[in-house]
Amino acid sequence: MEHIKADVVIVGAGGAGLRAAIAVAENDPNLKVALISKVYPMRSHTCAAEGGAAGVKTPDDSLEMHFNDTVGGGDWLCDQDVVENFVEQAPRELMQLEHWGCPWSREDDGSVAVRPFGGMKKKRTWYAADKSGFHILHTLFQTSLQFPSIKRYDEYFALDLLHIDGKCRGVVAMEMRSGRFFSFESSVVIMATGGGGQVFPFTTNGAIKTGDGMAMAYRAGVPLKDMEFVQYHPTGLPGTGILLTEGCRGEGGILVNKNGYRYLQDYGMGPETPVGEPVLKTMELGPRDRLSQAFWHEQKKGNTVETPWGDCVLLDMRHLGAKKILERLPLVHELAHAYVGVDMIKDPVPIRPVIHFMMGGIDANINGEAPMAGLYAIGETACSGLHGANRLGSNSLTDLLVSGKRSADHAIAYAQQANEAGNEEDLKAQAEAIVAGVRELLLQSGSTETISGLRREMRTTLEEGAGIYRDEEGARLTCEKIAEIRERYKGIEINDKSNVFNTDLQSALELRNLLDVAETVAEGSLQRRESRGAHQRLDYTERDDEKFLKHSLCFRQPDDRPRVEWSDVLITRSQPGTRDYSGGK
Amino acid sequence: MGTRKLELEVMRYDPEKDKEPWFQTYTVPCNEDWVILDAINYVKDNLDTTLAYRWSCHMMVCGSCGMMVNGEPSLTCKTFIRELPDKVRIEPLENFPIERDLVVVLDDVMQKLHQVQPYIIRKDPPPAEDQEYIQSRGKLAIFKQLTMCINCMCCYAACPQYSLNPNFIGPAALALAHRYNRDSRDQGKSDRLDILADHDGVWDCSFVGACSEVCPKHVDPAAAIQQMKVDGAVEFWKQKMGIPGDKS
Repeated sequence: MEHIKADVVIVGAGGAGLRAAIAVAENDPNLKVALISKVYPMRSHTCAAEGGAAGVKTPDDSLEMHFNDTVGGGDWLCDQDVVENFVEQAPRELMQLEHWGCPWSREDDGSVAVRPFGGMKKKRTWYAADKSGFHILHTLFQTSLQFPSIKRYDEYFALDLLHIDGKCRGVVAMEMRSGRFFSFESSVVIMATGGGGQVFPFTTNGAIKTGDGMAMAYRAGVPLKDMEFVQYHPTGLPGTGILLTEGCRGEGGILVNKNGYRYLQDYGMGPETPVGEPVLKTMELGPRDRLSQAFWHEQKKGNTVETPWGDCVLLDMRHLGAKKILERLPLVHELAHAYVGVDMIKDPVPIRPVIHFMMGGIDANINGEAPMAGLYAIGETACSGLHGANRLGSNSLTDLLVSGKRSADHAIAYAQQANEAGNEEDLKAQAEAIVAGVRELLLQSGSTETISGLRREMRTTLEEGAGIYRDEEGARLTCEKIAEIRERYKGIEINDKSNVFNTDLQSALELRNLLDVAETVAEGSLQRRESRGAHQRLDYTERDDEKFLKHSLCFRQPDDRPRVEWSDVLITRSQPGTRDYSGGK
Repeated sequence: MGTRKLELEVMRYDPEKDKEPWFQTYTVPCNEDWVILDAINYVKDNLDTTLAYRWSCHMMVCGSCGMMVNGEPSLTCKTFIRELPDKVRIEPLENFPIERDLVVVLDDVMQKLHQVQPYIIRKDPPPAEDQEYIQSRGKLAIFKQLTMCINCMCCYAACPQYSLNPNFIGPAALALAHRYNRDSRDQGKSDRLDILADHDGVWDCSFVGACSEVCPKHVDPAAAIQQMKVDGAVEFWKQKMGIPGDKS
């Protein structure tokens, strides 16, 4: 095994990881940054984000309004100190990207344009047509190339954290091209590995989104927070789960059922607004949780359209006209045409809710600090309490930047004063044990299970017990089923014994991570006996602030289901109230 | 949805045990609306877990899944089986060393992307931190298409010049340099000139245009390179004659 020492180790080179790396490099070029990712930076899933990034831009908007939209959108489960800081830093971070060359779409006067988005009271979503995440990612990657202190380790698969006496000391990773193991030793590890949407069968998330960072932290004893809050995006293409951005509705697209009726007005988001004149925070510009839940009810009522890929409703954008669609939504136009054969200029597109984002993640505070000294978490892999029970569209791209910068600055201060010499032998032993575990997995034979089979079963049960609507019995069965699958995982065999780019081994290690994440989603769904934001229980239909204005914290137990504890939500100035999406008040 | 049987001939190569690449054939039951990547994923999940390839987004944007499909450099998540015959040959991208099966070594092109200094270079200070550069839609349109490159590297697989001269900077990296040269916020054109005007830069392109034909995002690197030849010549003479470099 090779040993590499770095001042700051960042795992994940998507939007958050790159932003953090640049912040460290700008702040102190003498600090050695090791930027580790299982893929090349441009492949990171930030590239798939379409709609845009939120930050106050126009004179009629205010930080206060962005704060209120976010906290209300999150059904008051947000930590409000985090939200305050986020809305404050957002415009500066987005402007920084402009200075770095992000090709933001423009207004007539050449200033950066903003578009309406769901749950937002003002137009404040900065966008680059419908490839905003793609352009943010490439701008950050290209910008990062000018900093020699950032050393990239592309296609290194991180395995587990090194930690001694409650302090994080590094991470062990496997180089995919050689199968060699590397121990990255550092007093600071920043996790920026994204979410884990691949725990579900139908998701917008790319294949790489297997919750690796969450699982590594979880195995190291760090709790995962609010994992029961998983966002369904209301407009995914059936079959593939490809995302059609909220920008479709922001630009004026409407949702209709099989009768051509705009059903959202029946679910507290009316009154109906004129076609082609979207009203903020109303109807199609309601929040994602409410829209996805409305689909579920329409399906139960038999109002959905049958398609070869299952039940759908229709996203109708014909009234926008070809010019607007091709200028502002060229990617989704192409995707709908290619994958379901519909030209959205001429016909409505079948869509259905699809797993999109995890509000939960590694327990982190406003600075991204996890409850293990030296461990930080940023972006989707973290749960800082920003998104609460439901994330507003376009807050997460901004969060990559704000949390990336803020945590990096904090981590630098920590790294500069950390004195982590000592325990070298323990550290080596720990690294050797991690590697031994992987070697054992690689060499074991006598297969009774397949990776794809177990993965399929995990996804099926998670959708059954922790889908759009949940109940006690279903969630309990899913918890038990995942515990069973974890047990059966011991019977897998890696057919590929090669050291070179062994994706069979990688899939097995990713499945281990997925199972860790899945059990926390299921356990949280079972134990949160209320309905709030994206977590809806058929048997506890109301929000219960008395008992559950709390974050759930899932702790891993090696031979048992996770242990759940609860922690307080930080409220500064907005007391829990009613979420109102009727009439743009 | 009808089920169609596809015969996939897939190139295999494991440097630890194979002297040279060989082909393995898989019969895959496909849905008519599948892309080639779906068929490869079917192989991985159901027929042979040892097959190595890269993929992630399945929506034409991450750029991971470029391969040769019946001899054409293709993004496999964008290559529909309804447009293909029943027998399909899948190989790793041409002009690259094979790392394993369908995975190629990308070190060289990653270095080339780096080499062209693909970031905003300023001689004058930028606007205040709460002010944007004013950029009209017209000025954005001048470079916008060049920002669409997903680095799938299909263009390098198609480029006859890159296959002859591996030092040639090549389509994607040159288009990227041009993207920054044409961005009204950038003032680094003269800094990039040395690399681009070098004999391995734009002048090495023989304008066959294969790069633009295979580009899944219609970036048109061939046209970019031709424009750069003109820009480069102008810049060269300006420097010779002591005229200050074009800042925009």
